[in-house]
Amino acid sequence: MENKGLNKVDLIFEEIDPEEVLTKAYKLSPEEIIQQVLDSGLKGRGGAGFPTGLKWKYTAASEESEKYVVCNADEGEPGTFKDREILDRVAYKVYGGMVIAGKAIGAKRGIVYLRGEYRFLLPQLMKELESFHKMIKQIGYDFKINYCLGSGAYICGEESALFESIEGRRGEPRNKPPYPTTAGVFGKPTSINNVETLVTAMMILTHGPESYSQLGTKDSRGSKVFSISGDTPNPGIFELELGMTVQQFVNEFGDGDTKAVQVGGASGFCVPRKKFEDTIIGFEGVPTGGSMKLFNSSRSMYNVLHNYLDFFAEESCGQCTPCRVGCQQLLMGVEKVKKGEVKSTYLNELLKLADTMKVASKCGLGQSVGNAFRTIVENFREEIIY
Amino acid sequence: MYQIGNLVKELSDKHGRVRESLMPILQGIVEKHNYLTDEAMVEVAKELDISAADVYGTASFYTFLDTEIRGKYVIRICKSITCSNKGKGEILETLEDMLKIKVGETTTDKQFSLLESNCIGWCHKAPAMLINDMPYTELTPSKVVEIIKDYMQKK
Repeated sequence: MENKGLNKVDLIFEEIDPEEVLTKAYKLSPEEIIQQVLDSGLKGRGGAGFPTGLKWKYTAASEESEKYVVCNADEGEPGTFKDREILDRVAYKVYGGMVIAGKAIGAKRGIVYLRGEYRFLLPQLMKELESFHKMIKQIGYDFKINYCLGSGAYICGEESALFESIEGRRGEPRNKPPYPTTAGVFGKPTSINNVETLVTAMMILTHGPESYSQLGTKDSRGSKVFSISGDTPNPGIFELELGMTVQQFVNEFGDGDTKAVQVGGASGFCVPRKKFEDTIIGFEGVPTGGSMKLFNSSRSMYNVLHNYLDFFAEESCGQCTPCRVGCQQLLMGVEKVKKGEVKSTYLNELLKLADTMKVASKCGLGQSVGNAFRTIVENFREEIIY
Repeated sequence: MYQIGNLVKELSDKHGRVRESLMPILQGIVEKHNYLTDEAMVEVAKELDISAADVYGTASFYTFLDTEIRGKYVIRICKSITCSNKGKGEILETLEDMLKIKVGETTTDKQFSLLESNCIGWCHKAPAMLINDMPYTELTPSKVVEIIKDYMQKK
């Protein structure tokens, strides 16, 4: 097991001269840009972790003349707030990443889908965008970015639901295939990337792929911005190299009494104290879009689980039955177990249901409800029952 | 008297009369009018030449596109686990006491609505709430009293 320890990094918020980097990128061919991103080993920073270079390569391969770069700023995963901070502090690097993606895939239009909860940022973001547009025009780019606002639906962070929302419809995920790389927003080839991914791509172009790929581990290259909250004396945004154990993380951020860390938000995994040493934060262990919630021994894990299930039952779009009914049944099920209305072995039935949801749900929402459910129920069974 | 039809026309001129304009138009109405009346949705349907059911179907999907009456100031208090663990209950009680309404209700003078929301992205500064677009963080009961008093004076 490769273990890099806990190392703070300063890439995402590092001040750079965007004009210099974008002038350099302008002179590169799309293939050269894609190769640099592939060499860096960057995987998507929204949580799913698809290799960014491959996504760009597939989108570039399409022969359609109209293509899109979409920036997913619908950061809704409970416990995640890094994208807000990134947009607030270095929006020009998000825009820069979009221009570079546009050059790589052959797109002239970019859309930022910003969650409605962050609308207060919009005036400032639009102002920065205006001067950014002027700057790239001078370099020679033919690329225009505009904003679409969400209206409080977690599911719109799912890429195809997000496209539906941009198109003015209910944010219901589409069937895949076709994938966004061939038919995304408005049915056109689209590269959809998370806010942090785009900034990272810009930094790879700034410092070169070699220096980036030296950070992290074989499966999880680079660094990542973590949103740290819960029972910690030090909550906030921290950029850390990938490849540390949960124990090393807790040593730095815990309050001395940490009993569990929820890695990756409501759709992520609960790591109990006994597994801190053996669990790597990264794609080889527990993957995360950045959400890290610490719970100390004063917290009830039943309340945590109930809160997550209530969240999913509310945010499930209701389109497919396994997710719509499954979320409700899991929620009612743990309530019944807690009240003693059913035997505690009923939890085993609920675990089977969570597994069914994983294979039968249409999109990532329903597929990932079982992550938190299984890891909390298996590790804190007595707290759920008594 | 305020004419909803004029606002819908204005917004349709600004955003265009195509399907992808539906969201910004509905958002624009909510911004000015706090929520979507049946009348407003019928007007939008006419402007965009789609069915009113389609407009309602889209609006009702999104939490922030309210189709029920809402006050001038919509308070959305975050109910996700970190805010819950950090004193959201107390904040909610303070708000209910001050405004004399329960979650989901609107004051009789139509100034305030009190709602709960899923994670609004301020877990490191919990508990948090939104009043319309503005976030308020690291709330305490006394801080909330001050904030609401300010809004009451704004009327």
